[in-house]
Amino acid sequence: MTAEVRTTCPYCGVGCGVLATPDGKGGAAIAGDAEHPANYGRLCSKGSALGETLSLDDRLLHPQLNGERVSWDAALGTVAAELQRIAGAHGPESVAFYLSGQLLTEDYYVANKLAKGFVGTPHVETNSRLCMSSAVAAHRRAFGSDTVPGCYEDLDEADLIVLVGSNTAWCHPVLFRRMADAKAKRGTKFVVIDPRRTQTGQEADLFLGLKPGSDVALFSGLLVHLTENGFSDRAFVEEHTAGLDGALDRARQIAPSLQATAAATGLAEADIAAFYDLFARTRRVVTAFSMGVNQSVQGTDKGNAIINCHLVTGRIGGVGQGPFSLTGQPNAMGGREVGGLSNMLAAHMHFAPEEVDRVRRYWAAPRIITGEGMKAVALFEAVRAGRIKALWVMGTNPIVSMPRADHVREAIRGLDLLVVSDIMANADTAREKARTTVLLPAQGWGEKDGTVTNSERRISRQRRFLPIPGEARPDWAVLAEVGRRLGHGKAFDWPSVAAVFREHAGLSAYENGGTRDFDLGGLTDIADSAYAASGPVQWPLPKRGGPKPRLFADGRFYTFDRRARFVAVQPPGLAEAAGGDHPFVLNTGRVRDHWHTMTRTGKSQRLSAHRAVPFVEIHPEDAAARGLSEGGIARVSTVHGSAELEVMVTDAVATGQLFMPMHWNAAYASAARVGALVRGVPDPVSGQPELKATPAAIEAVAYRARGFVLSRTEVPMPEGWWWAKAAIPGGWGVQFATQDGSREVALALRGLIQTGGLELAEYADHARGRYRCAVYDGSRLVASIAVAPSDARPDWEAAKALFAADEPEAAERRALLSGRAATEAAGPVVCACHGVGLDVIAATIRAGAGSVEAVGAACKAGTNCGSCIPEIRKLLTVETAKAA
Amino acid sequence: MPTPRLDTATPDSRATDGAPRERLVVVGNGMASLRFLEHLTEGCPGRFDVTCIGAEPRAAYNRVLLSSLLGGEIDEGATAFRGLDWYEAHGIRLITGAPVTAIDRENGLAIVGETHILPFDRLVLAVGSLPIRLPKPGMDLPGVITFRDLADVAAIRKAAVQHARAIVIGGGLLGLEAAAGLSRLGIDTTLLHVMDRLMERQLDHPAAGLVRRAMEARGVKVILSADTAAVEGEGKVERLVLADGTVLPADLVVVSVGVRPSVALAQAAGLATNRGILVDDRMATSDPRIFALGECAEHRGLVYGLVEPAYEQADALARHLAGEGGEYRGTHLSTSLKISGLPVFSAGLVDTPADAEAVTLFDPGAGLYRKLLLREGRLVGAVFVGDIAEQAACKALIRSGDPVGDVDDLMFGRPAPQPLAA
Repeated sequence: MTAEVRTTCPYCGVGCGVLATPDGKGGAAIAGDAEHPANYGRLCSKGSALGETLSLDDRLLHPQLNGERVSWDAALGTVAAELQRIAGAHGPESVAFYLSGQLLTEDYYVANKLAKGFVGTPHVETNSRLCMSSAVAAHRRAFGSDTVPGCYEDLDEADLIVLVGSNTAWCHPVLFRRMADAKAKRGTKFVVIDPRRTQTGQEADLFLGLKPGSDVALFSGLLVHLTENGFSDRAFVEEHTAGLDGALDRARQIAPSLQATAAATGLAEADIAAFYDLFARTRRVVTAFSMGVNQSVQGTDKGNAIINCHLVTGRIGGVGQGPFSLTGQPNAMGGREVGGLSNMLAAHMHFAPEEVDRVRRYWAAPRIITGEGMKAVALFEAVRAGRIKALWVMGTNPIVSMPRADHVREAIRGLDLLVVSDIMANADTAREKARTTVLLPAQGWGEKDGTVTNSERRISRQRRFLPIPGEARPDWAVLAEVGRRLGHGKAFDWPSVAAVFREHAGLSAYENGGTRDFDLGGLTDIADSAYAASGPVQWPLPKRGGPKPRLFADGRFYTFDRRARFVAVQPPGLAEAAGGDHPFVLNTGRVRDHWHTMTRTGKSQRLSAHRAVPFVEIHPEDAAARGLSEGGIARVSTVHGSAELEVMVTDAVATGQLFMPMHWNAAYASAARVGALVRGVPDPVSGQPELKATPAAIEAVAYRARGFVLSRTEVPMPEGWWWAKAAIPGGWGVQFATQDGSREVALALRGLIQTGGLELAEYADHARGRYRCAVYDGSRLVASIAVAPSDARPDWEAAKALFAADEPEAAERRALLSGRAATEAAGPVVCACHGVGLDVIAATIRAGAGSVEAVGAACKAGTNCGSCIPEIRKLLTVETAKAA
Repeated sequence: MPTPRLDTATPDSRATDGAPRERLVVVGNGMASLRFLEHLTEGCPGRFDVTCIGAEPRAAYNRVLLSSLLGGEIDEGATAFRGLDWYEAHGIRLITGAPVTAIDRENGLAIVGETHILPFDRLVLAVGSLPIRLPKPGMDLPGVITFRDLADVAAIRKAAVQHARAIVIGGGLLGLEAAAGLSRLGIDTTLLHVMDRLMERQLDHPAAGLVRRAMEARGVKVILSADTAAVEGEGKVERLVLADGTVLPADLVVVSVGVRPSVALAQAAGLATNRGILVDDRMATSDPRIFALGECAEHRGLVYGLVEPAYEQADALARHLAGEGGEYRGTHLSTSLKISGLPVFSAGLVDTPADAEAVTLFDPGAGLYRKLLLREGRLVGAVFVGDIAEQAACKALIRSGDPVGDVDDLMFGRPAPQPLAA
């Protein structure tokens, strides 16, 4: 009997506490940690399914050098020697690190120290640049520091929550549950501001579907409204801020009146007025924002336009008040604390001479850098231009996630040295080759040990509860070993991960004295045993004075004069306007049950059931005008690349806009890498690229046949076919489209599935282009194939159910070949936690369940993470309307 | 030496109006004969003075059940159709165990050896067919048995003692039935078939493969492309030798390689014959007083060896004799049966011609096969194994030539009607 281990979820920035109980066979039972203050026991669908993502399939388990397995000694010998050679020949600035919000703080710390203090390169970037660097920049401009002022409790205590560019219901489901609880308890109002009517938008009291990129106008108008109507907190503004006049002048230019704001945002004046009035009259207001704000060419200005409104009303630092950046990654915050971004030095210190000197002394660093490095987009441009010769990528997949990803792929192939530290051997980036390519097996969630920080500045432990697979090593230890091999033995000589943390905490407190927000002085001497046992704790945590849940209640900020700054923002706009050959604005984002580039969630059948294929959302009018129909395949193209996606017709997107998910990588779909399409013009301040507004075109792609393959092991699709792969109960499912006829499809697929010794059951009507096949090993179903003309695309739900059941009965065997359900199918999965399908929920409602609670009581749907509750509510409306 | 008895009209041989009734003699008392008698007595009860004379000692029985009887699944009683009381109640004089040996057309007499002379006004020949024996050495050895009637079943059962090894020659329906029946008795049974698939006239390769699999599942060893060269033994069967030299030990050889229409009687009477006795659409032979039906008859160039056409012919003739103008225009050949419990259906074309499209469903593990042959949207052939539920629809479509509506409905069965939405 193994004991449960307290750890932290590795997905979004909510940072939920997780109880993992290993099963001794490489898996674990997963439950929410009732004692963790981020989630109090709740988990979302992704967190709940963590146990399904622990398999060692496709894991990178041994170091590789140019495709050959080698020893750690050989691999790191090559890394150290090549780094030394390249830095010697081309200067240390030809070396770059590209890190990830998936890394632990300790990993981040060692990488940052190695690069900025000892290799001597400022080019330490991270995928957090793509995630929340605009929020960082906005914080720094307004507060003088990268400080999140509030905490999650403020969401419980607010009377108005404004969600800007945030599909919280899907992307931070546990926080959204907290907000929903507040709504139930105290009547908290939701205003959702998003060009797309997301699931979050459907839950809003007021939904503002503004034009893409017009957020600045909406909040400039709000600033004008607040000041002109007597809602500003004059005392706070006068005593604790500076710059209101300039900011207000600019706001008046941008949004002088309701009419002007309406024109700029495309919203109805009445809706804007309702929002302004609600904001003005509610003291406890939290404005939470995410990627819709950050991933923009003016993300920093959007953030400041929001913060301006909180400053002018003095609504910051108090209970239930404040601007709140919701981060996307489990340890984006930890990376920021360490300084793992190219425009930071370390521990919330930058490049003032005394800061550089302080860090140099603390580290005893021989080659401390003195200025900023390149931000992600520029960095990969430099790789492409040959100015960066050596790149070490850790825990991220830039070939999928970076804008203009095809360029990034080309660029990477030209490197002298590519080092990839990853847990997955099939990550797109890990499959690339440079002149010298070293793959280093990293430890995954449940294997590694260290700390992460969530969106409310809460540091929690990620703990090991699984055996270490293969030769995987902690990233911090690998980096330290390279540091030692480069001749810096003393600086990289930590006996334990706790020792790394102590040094990191020590730097944050070093010569701090309250001048820097980030202070872990209380933890500089934490013993290994205390570190091992420690629970979640919020910073700042100086040596004296306990942790603070909120900052700035005293009106003292981290600027030189301790005053917050209003920022005069630029007029709203997109980097590139849609029009001509590319008349649509392509928006991108997450789906409910997947994470990043799917290398982990792609393994979970529960998480893959909600959205099994990459898709593009389009408004019904646009779809009709272009001959696109639900479920058909469309090519979405931009100047930079194209993708082929299944069409989802919905009025959730406005006319003139498209939405595609960001997750599908080349291992899961033939042509759905979002990064290949987006231009990614960076924000001039933060360097964060615009990922949600690329001019695009869309056209139908006429494939002759559509079909699916279900198999126990993965089956690669033939070249030239459209396909998307998903984990399903009992194996893998691939949906495909092809120009081949059913006869050719049958031949090709029978060849790809190893059918030797197996028995085939087949239905063939090649004259009508139909073919179905079930492959049996004895009585066990091991594969199922169906293909039909595109306009009669076979549905796979019934087949999936039979595949999961393993040994179909006679009638079910027939159903596999007929495509006609032997029993009622459950329909597409809505509740991923309990695997409840749409048809089941609809039937439950028809049977009399008249509320979300009643549906939950009847079929369990929505009773775990609750992230499907909006969909259930929608079904309630639809089914009730049908019945009426 | 007994004197042949001239069987004259029975005391009630007058119709109710007092006019003498026509004398109708039916030669043969098999399944076709009985069906004819049933329809005749229904259609025009009492019109004819009917005598039926059968060569077998028992009244007509269900030949289709012979294999079940052989396998011990049923007893002999279960094969019976009509008791003697039925014949009596319908005024039919039934004479069994008495083969008609000659027909005197000039005098209108049917002669049964030296025991009976039956005068007739109309004569129906339903004499069936004879099993073929292969023209190979040793076919006359004791232990070589055909499989055609109750006597054969008795002979086989007698030979099928414990530890006996049986070989069945012939992979047609009857051969399969015989082999399955023998195997059920616990006999080590091997089935030989000269073609490369079983039931090649009714089944294509996948269907025949399923049938083979079903036979093997019932314990029968199946050897295809097996050309019997000789049966050998000292005074009785001991072994069978194939053309390729393979020697198969055997204590019993059941020959079921087909039948030949019984035409000898008709030929001797000077009726026109070819493979069978030639009949027109009224089932009349070259002598308009004499009719033939069932496996002995040849209609429009076809001799049928199945129950269904025989029944249709019996039907037509009965209607004709009842004055209802019955005509027989041939049967769209279809086979619909169970081979030792495995349902099989075949109608129309079997192998796929170049100008037709095949739609196939094949799940060998489930013992399921279906093939529909379509030419320009019309059904021209169907082969089903394992589940033959849609056979009637297929037969109707093949006969009518109507366009097929929903191929899936034909292939998979109509989906159960959906309850109306509430």
